[in-house]
Amino acid sequence: MSEKAIRLQIQQLRKHFGETTVLTDVNLTIEPGEFVAIVGRSGCGKSTLLRLIAGLDQPSQGSVALNGEPITAINQDTRVLFQEARLLPWKKVVDNVRIGTQGNDYESALIALEQVGLESRADEWPGILSGGQKQRVSLARALAGHPGLLLLDEPLGALDALTRIEMQQLIEQLWLEQQFTTILVTHDVSEAVALADRVILLEQGVIAMDTRIALARPRERDNGFAYYEKSILDRLLNRTERDALFPDVPASGFAI
Amino acid sequence: MDDKKEKRWFNAVLPFLIPVLVLILWQLVSMGGGAKASLMPSPVKVLQTFVGMVESGELLRHALISTNRALSGFLVGGMIGLVLGLINGLWSLAERLTDSSVQMLRNIPHLALIPLILLWFGIGEESKLVMVSLGVFFPIYLNTFHGIRSIDPGLIEMGRVYGLKGFALYRNVLFPGALASILVGVRYSLGIMWLTLIVAETVSAKSGIGYMAMNAREFLQMDVIVLSILIYALLGKLSDSLAKVAERQFLKWHPNYNKPARKGGLRLVRKSYPAANSTAS
Repeated sequence: MSEKAIRLQIQQLRKHFGETTVLTDVNLTIEPGEFVAIVGRSGCGKSTLLRLIAGLDQPSQGSVALNGEPITAINQDTRVLFQEARLLPWKKVVDNVRIGTQGNDYESALIALEQVGLESRADEWPGILSGGQKQRVSLARALAGHPGLLLLDEPLGALDALTRIEMQQLIEQLWLEQQFTTILVTHDVSEAVALADRVILLEQGVIAMDTRIALARPRERDNGFAYYEKSILDRLLNRTERDALFPDVPASGFAI
Repeated sequence: MDDKKEKRWFNAVLPFLIPVLVLILWQLVSMGGGAKASLMPSPVKVLQTFVGMVESGELLRHALISTNRALSGFLVGGMIGLVLGLINGLWSLAERLTDSSVQMLRNIPHLALIPLILLWFGIGEESKLVMVSLGVFFPIYLNTFHGIRSIDPGLIEMGRVYGLKGFALYRNVLFPGALASILVGVRYSLGIMWLTLIVAETVSAKSGIGYMAMNAREFLQMDVIVLSILIYALLGKLSDSLAKVAERQFLKWHPNYNKPARKGGLRLVRKSYPAANSTAS
């Protein structure tokens, strides 16, 4: 399964839009099959980073390489799950999933729908599905082509708490089965700790923290879980509170 | 169940209530001598004329000629409008180049061009084709352009991620996304199509419904004139109904159109229904 998984290398990546620099200097290596979560406050550049990895935007400087090849356009082994499901409302559920298959294949679209538990809704219009179901169809579409790299851009942000947990379990289960490299962008630290092998904290365009989560799967919300969640959250919050209160105090005193 | 059936029947009959009442009133006024027969024939007289002209085949000949002209003009103008709308919607360079010229032309009433077009193309089929095409072009162009521009950019980006480009992107994302708007343009331009043709045939023609009416004027055949006008009303209603059927067919996915199919004929009244969220768990 994992032979298709992609190794990702990011070197001295910079991105600016006009005068605004969003990513200053990002260096990151992600191993094949790894599940990495990128957390940060809104506006920290995490979505921009994901779009650069997806090939939807071009870097201002530096490079993003998949299996050693610098990307210049959208890679057909890369799939993106956006915050909205982005299903085509004029196609039946199964036809939406067929877009993600190789050669518009009906059978493998049905198989992908089965994996997300929605094969019974194959012949319906996406408009009548709930938000969580739409996002599951979107996941089926992304996985139908057996991608080597799955990029998740806060895909669970708009879902209610219970549906979120279900979706997290589904994503984890499919990732364990298929072992594609996964990058999840989220502002929810608990979600990042629940799913990822590694959590990367992005702050003002640079990687401020890179923590390995050494917890067994499936993860329980126990003491170990709380420890990781707290240490990342503290890093995320203290820094900004301190900055607001004492902008002149150097950051070194608060490092973890 | 009976209540429901009754209600359906009532809904089906309701749209025809006013036309039928007008006809009855008209007949009563004619019989009571309220209208001079030489100026306003009674409905029964018009009906007799209708039957007579159907039997002689004259009516069908004129109606077919008019329909043929209307449809060919619609096809030519509609295709040009569709293609230009697509091009301008997709490439802002093309829009910059052509859109302001199109907007200038659009504000000239196309019927005002009749004298010019008659001089250029004569009174034959070409002038009618040009007139109808010109009238039909603008609504289709504007609505296609608007339809393309109002497609969710997120869907286009999704298409790019899945490797859709060129014709595949057009077929799967762009055209279906713009279709609701294009069909609004089609319905609007069908009205303009008949309007333009009536004027063109009335001003100069040797056949067609408009010619039939103008010819009848020379012989003071009021019944034929009134009949021509009624035929236009029917043709207009028919094409609008066809457009509605097309809307219903092509926009099945749209929550505003997705009602279960009805037995016993098509229902042409459109209503907006909220998305059926109740089926979602």
